[in-house]
Amino acid sequence: MKITKDVVEYVAHLGRLELEHDEVELYTTQLDRILDYVDALNKLDTEGIEPTSHAVPLDSVMREDEVRDSIGVDSSIRNAPERKETFFKVPPIIEVEE
Amino acid sequence: MERVLDMTIQEVRELLRKKEISSVELTGFYLERIKKYDGSLLTYLRVTEEEALEMARDADRRIGQGEDGPLLGIPLGIKDIFCTKGIETTCASRILEGFVPPYDATVIKKLKDRSFVHLGRLNMDEFAMGSSTENSAFQTTKNPWDLSRIPGGSSGGSASAVAAGLCAAALGTDTGGSIRQPASLCGAVGMKPTYGRVSRYGLIAFASSLDQVGPLTRSVSDCAVVMNAIAGYDPMDSTSIPQPVPDYTELLGRDIKGMKIGIPREYFIEGMDEDVKRAVRESLAVFEHQGASLVDISLPHTEYAVATYYVICTAEASSNLARYDGVKYGLRIDGKDIIDMYKKTRSKGFGKEVKRRIILGTYVLSSGYYDAYYRKAGKVRTLMRRDFDEAFKACDIIVTAVSPTTAFKTGEKIDDPLTMYLSDIFTIPMNLAGLPAMSVPCGFDGSGLPIGLQIIGRPLDEGRIMQAGYVIERERAVKKIPDTLR
Repeated sequence: MKITKDVVEYVAHLGRLELEHDEVELYTTQLDRILDYVDALNKLDTEGIEPTSHAVPLDSVMREDEVRDSIGVDSSIRNAPERKETFFKVPPIIEVEE
Repeated sequence: MERVLDMTIQEVRELLRKKEISSVELTGFYLERIKKYDGSLLTYLRVTEEEALEMARDADRRIGQGEDGPLLGIPLGIKDIFCTKGIETTCASRILEGFVPPYDATVIKKLKDRSFVHLGRLNMDEFAMGSSTENSAFQTTKNPWDLSRIPGGSSGGSASAVAAGLCAAALGTDTGGSIRQPASLCGAVGMKPTYGRVSRYGLIAFASSLDQVGPLTRSVSDCAVVMNAIAGYDPMDSTSIPQPVPDYTELLGRDIKGMKIGIPREYFIEGMDEDVKRAVRESLAVFEHQGASLVDISLPHTEYAVATYYVICTAEASSNLARYDGVKYGLRIDGKDIIDMYKKTRSKGFGKEVKRRIILGTYVLSSGYYDAYYRKAGKVRTLMRRDFDEAFKACDIIVTAVSPTTAFKTGEKIDDPLTMYLSDIFTIPMNLAGLPAMSVPCGFDGSGLPIGLQIIGRPLDEGRIMQAGYVIERERAVKKIPDTLR
């Protein structure tokens, strides 16, 4: 076993997921099996091989720094579950101690 | 009107041009078919009837004024992954329910500029993660040839709707086979273009280094027509290729004498259906008969493709899907603080497969495992690209099966993710290498289920792929729409 329930719970936390007890069990078994399969990659000698991050060569794309039309603030925030004036509204991030 | 089902888009355009039919009539015909058949097929998440009829009326006005164009007034279905201004776009996920994009994806804009008709939003695996469309949060699409079977995925709604004649053609996306595999399983033509050939701007991202947009159609000619419309450089997508787009219809019907066709020995694997092998061999015989020559080639790293893919695509997905946090759009579930709100929102909003991939992707990117998994997979990806570079020194196109089996039963693989992943073994390598590849129907198995042939080309060689696919379509003359849907 490479993957334990603790690992799944920790990684879920990093990915901002809260798992039910039976989900932790299920994912632990399944991910262990998948990673076991993925370990086949270690049979290959890749010493000195450069990794590919994109299949086609990418160049930095530049454009003139000109003002162009945008969709505007109202359109940008219209889909927000909660908003106030022109802002996204979220729960408190920093608690102030009284 | 029934006859349009057996016509190419070019032929239907001729009827529209001569005013033998109107776009409103054509659109009405497809809307009627959707009402009649989609209750059992479940290909559409939402039919945009009002928008469709309005767009059709506009197209008829334009035709009346003498306007012309290859997609003018043609009704298309859209995979629910393309941002479309003013039309709910969900990616088949609860987390995006109610999301109405404020802008059009570049491909949607291109179709609108050509006055197409937007019939509706087609079902898919949630965030395009899956091979059966069973991962949709809303419904499981059926295969039009056998309602007890899956249509493939993730563009299963698109493939099923095209094959069932519920739209003239559809847009899909392909990250590891999501256009080609459902096209193969439903008996449609499906093209994954070269990475960068079609803009991804406004496409809801799954794995950005692999995702590519392409058409699903009932003929190779229609594939060329849709490709002509959507391909090309887009300043809004820095990965799009700044190369001119050829007219893809031009090579159709040209002979393939002297074309060298590579047959990779690694693509006839154990567990493959005998009927699939037979259909591929018969198609190779067609190519030979038409003057092409067959060349044995080797793609030695094929067996590592699935492992490489599931490291890279989950890593990219875990990063791309971080944006669904209950703040900017879609679902929000309140929590005791902001982290709790994120967790509750994401846990409720994402389905099983999406969570599985976020966890796997987060794991392979996490401190201490990055080199062992993500970096290693990137290196193997380099080896796989080199395989293709080497192979294309000896041949012009490569031909294989699309899927080792025909459509499987709904529910058959859903509890076994690894087996599901392995069903994409023949389509994944082209995404890793960024190569164009097409599925073209080439026969049926003993139970009457469609079989697709995969034709793979060098970068930007979509034209040659379609030229070869056109030969298979003409010589094999595979039936397109099931009799039960006539």
